[in-house]
Amino acid sequence: MAADMRLPSIRKAVSLLDSAFDRKDLVVPGDVITSDTGFMRGHGTYVDEEKLTASVAGEVQRVDKLICVRPLKTRFNGEVGDVIVGRITEVQQKRWKVETNSRLDSVLLLSAVNLPGGELRRRSAEDELTMREYLQEGDLISAEVQSVFSDGALSLHTRSLKYGKLGQGVLVQLSPSLIKRQKTHFHNLPCGASIILGNNGFVWLYPTPGQQDEEAGGFYTSLEPVSLADREVISRLRNCLLALAAHKVLLYDTSVLYCYESSVQHQVKDILKPEVMEEIVMLTQQKLLEQEG
Amino acid sequence: MGNVVQSEARGAVRFSSVEVCGNMAGLELLSDQGYRLDGRKATELRKVQARMGVFAQADGSAYLEQGNTKALAVVYGPHEMRGSRSRTRHDQAVINCQYSMATFSTAERKRRPHGDRKSTEMSLHLKQTFEAAVMTQLYPRSQIDIYVKILQSDGGNYSVCVNAATLAVIDAGIPMRDYVCACTVGFVDETPLADLCYAEESGGVSSLALALLPRGGQIALLQMDARLHQDHLETLIEAAMTACKGVSKVLDEVVRQHLQESSVLSGE
Repeated sequence: MAADMRLPSIRKAVSLLDSAFDRKDLVVPGDVITSDTGFMRGHGTYVDEEKLTASVAGEVQRVDKLICVRPLKTRFNGEVGDVIVGRITEVQQKRWKVETNSRLDSVLLLSAVNLPGGELRRRSAEDELTMREYLQEGDLISAEVQSVFSDGALSLHTRSLKYGKLGQGVLVQLSPSLIKRQKTHFHNLPCGASIILGNNGFVWLYPTPGQQDEEAGGFYTSLEPVSLADREVISRLRNCLLALAAHKVLLYDTSVLYCYESSVQHQVKDILKPEVMEEIVMLTQQKLLEQEG
Repeated sequence: MGNVVQSEARGAVRFSSVEVCGNMAGLELLSDQGYRLDGRKATELRKVQARMGVFAQADGSAYLEQGNTKALAVVYGPHEMRGSRSRTRHDQAVINCQYSMATFSTAERKRRPHGDRKSTEMSLHLKQTFEAAVMTQLYPRSQIDIYVKILQSDGGNYSVCVNAATLAVIDAGIPMRDYVCACTVGFVDETPLADLCYAEESGGVSSLALALLPRGGQIALLQMDARLHQDHLETLIEAAMTACKGVSKVLDEVVRQHLQESSVLSGE
């Protein structure tokens, strides 16, 4: 087996424009943002001796009288309606705990899932005992944020046929800030695979399903072997996602698709080479600009 | 003379100071001209080089070199409590620190098992330091993990760890009141020496480690194991605070540089 090896190379210096050097809106912890008391304290700030001070390194955002500092990198801060992909970490009484890259594990209540047998089925004590049959530790699910608790933990629901347990596919974990907020986060890409872009930075790639069984309630997973062609498409998409993430390009259906199209002339495994990555991302960005322009 | 015996017993022959230690007869930490073993002035710090965001997997990470001492810090969290649930605090996050040294970090190659007395103590010191600076009350019922590894040890391990971990915490986007900067200071010939290297530390100098929140001048941790006359304590602390402020300037530059680079990359 041939392996690709390379020596450590000097990082390319990021070219900083002069304007970037004195950007006033970038602050570090301990920086005084304003000593004017007429402002409201938002996330990423605290008041020290009546001065509004930053507590994280990032960009200052001002909305009317509210001042926040948005850090460059942070864990997922869920909002109601966000689509997420998560992993079950625990089965408790009447609830599942789900790891969602958030600062606390999210909660999926038994009453917030569609059980097989239709919408109006009553949840009995028996259901509580068989919870592990529906979802067990390690299973991946897609869900929506139903509400946010006071301590910041999220409550999820899967009461729609598009949510539920995920079967065969590939999970890619990226930064939540790279996912573009859109009307829909479920896409059937024309290249032959489907994608769920979770707002929490977890992206699920899977072969486009055929006709779905309504009765399954999202807990049915097909264990049919996936064809080689589908697997190749999914692997290519995965590498494309990693390439886009490395160059901090926002992820949504169009950018992923353009990146896929730009990568077809390369072998799947070559996409992760830095020089190929750069070329593909450049092409993608050009296409995106043309489409906008 | 007592100093010499002590350093011989520890086998203190190390990197930059090989020639000096070879000449055991007169281990002179501060020359008449006011220079130290490695050619620094009394208040001069070692060269600090650092980089943030060295790992993609962790929430925050940083690498920091201070002279020949090199440390790698990684931060995970805030996340759900793992392991013992009983430590959960309902009003604040729990900070979990782990300090370790690489087998190859000292002149003598040595397997350093996890959780020996020295590293446990260091972990506790780190925990205390960061509890003073991180705004833990914002993350009830969560846990923040800080892992620090010394890759090469040449004195001032505690301070280098604190400085590296500060950068990693900032990289993770965890709110802090201010930077925490640490520095060791020794006392030789009525003069405080800033940022001791291993040869100086093992030369039997009474030294003091101090972690400071530089903007407010609050002390996060102060540690001294050696004997020192009470009258000198004031000057020593004063010198340590000046040194910490020097470190904070360097860290500040690193953070701002990193911030600008990443905001350019994200295409604004």
